[in-house]
Amino acid sequence: MLRTKDNTKKRVDKKGKKTTTSNEIIRLEDVSKSYSTGAPALNGVNLQIKKGEFVFIVGDSGSGKSTLIKLLLRELTPTEGRITVNGTDVEKLKRRKVPKFRRNMGVVFQDFRLLKDRNVYENVAFAQRIIQVPTREIRKNVPSILSTVGLAGKYKAKPKQLSGGEQQRVALARALINKPPILLADEPTGNLDPKNSWDIMKLLEQINLNGTTVLVVTHNREIVNAMQKRVITMKKGVIVSDEEKGGYIDED
Amino acid sequence: MRISSFFYTLKQGVISIFRNKWFSLASIATISACLFLFGLFYAVIANFQNIVQTAEEGVSVTVFFDEGISEDRIVEIGNMIQKRTAVSKVVYVSADEAWNSFKDEYLGEYSDGFTENPLADSANYEIYLNDVSQQADLVTYLESIDGVREVNKSEVTANTLSGVNKLIGYVSVGIIAILLAVSVFLISNTVTIGISVRKEEIEIMKYIGATDFFVRAPFVVEGIIIGLFGSALPLVIIFFVYNNVVDYVATKFQILNSILQFLPVQTIFATLTPVSIAMGVGIGFIGSFITVRKHLRV
Repeated sequence: MLRTKDNTKKRVDKKGKKTTTSNEIIRLEDVSKSYSTGAPALNGVNLQIKKGEFVFIVGDSGSGKSTLIKLLLRELTPTEGRITVNGTDVEKLKRRKVPKFRRNMGVVFQDFRLLKDRNVYENVAFAQRIIQVPTREIRKNVPSILSTVGLAGKYKAKPKQLSGGEQQRVALARALINKPPILLADEPTGNLDPKNSWDIMKLLEQINLNGTTVLVVTHNREIVNAMQKRVITMKKGVIVSDEEKGGYIDED
Repeated sequence: MRISSFFYTLKQGVISIFRNKWFSLASIATISACLFLFGLFYAVIANFQNIVQTAEEGVSVTVFFDEGISEDRIVEIGNMIQKRTAVSKVVYVSADEAWNSFKDEYLGEYSDGFTENPLADSANYEIYLNDVSQQADLVTYLESIDGVREVNKSEVTANTLSGVNKLIGYVSVGIIAILLAVSVFLISNTVTIGISVRKEEIEIMKYIGATDFFVRAPFVVEGIIIGLFGSALPLVIIFFVYNNVVDYVATKFQILNSILQFLPVQTIFATLTPVSIAMGVGIGFIGSFITVRKHLRV
């Protein structure tokens, strides 16, 4: 029974692929991920995200959100299935090519992940250094992106001297400075108060309006409900709902 | 690699030495301690070997000829001996020379009574060897040569010296092995402690899309610089200590002066400096390279 169901799904996907590849930026086909112990973290997930979309991924802990992010970043590889990001088949990616692949995506984490010993300027500039942007240009680009996120005056500060909201803006500036086509935000507001959460969300929305595909993993119910974006709900490793202009689905 | 990236890497390497100053100091101290021991050991071994070598060079085999042998035959024998690979030098001592040197050495002014050379038959070849251990073979060969009356040798010296040489060889290998094992252990410990701080940093860099090379380069620069300091320090110490010790031994143990010929500090350092620096840089390079690799798989 289950198998036939899967097969039909696949066929639909393959059919759909032809018409949608051009504006599809992320595609998961029957993706499963199991760790050595316990139930699979992801179980036959199918997902397409188009260029320029703003998508929330919601779900409790253990729903497979984090695994999904790790798969997209190619920190993990799927046990089964196929993942395509911006035209790259993640499975076929050689280890050597992973860094270049990751530059497709700006990433923002719940815990900011800034380089603690470096000031705001250096943290943001770092993303440009790794793609070997000349220093001359970095000097122009960093202040410009810092003013976009509203931190123009704090470029000399160390992460420790900043509030959570400010640190997340630095992380956002770092994620955006190379103008990646995709922005992945893993619980970006998890450590922030409501006001800062909203500010960050507004920024993400702004970024999305400028053409970047934005994927936000969150469990901030208020924000999800208020923003009226596409909402993908996950539970125990499967997608249980996928709605345009959706809301946060409660348990039961 | 762009020029700006190169300087950025260098700068990051230097900055992170200062940023993690305790870790840097610990690493420098560890490398210094190991290379100090190595240097000390090298100085002692080099001197030992020098002493043995000097002694070896002094060991000679003397060949006397049959009575009434022709000059031509003596030259012929000389050529035959010279061809042997074990031989480094052959010196012809005529009967007169032998007498003169004997006179000077043992008789001094009492030699006036001799009108004729009492050592008329004592013309000989003094043969010096490359390798004392081959003395026995050479002696057998020499005794078989036609026209050779007698071969004088110092069995005891030769055996002792080649024994000492072997012993030094074994001891060197043993001590170097122990030193290397200890340094690897100490350094891997120090690096492991230091790296836990950096683990997060490396992870972040990898998430942003930095290549392994880009992440690793500043760490390797750091390791090399630490290695350089770690090797320079013991060199400086040994340089000053060496001369003092040599002077001290020379004045305190004057009896030993005839056998203890210390090498000048320049000779020791001609080898020790490049070897120590290479080891320091090597340890720093390998240490940082391997440790960072463990954390690059993100």
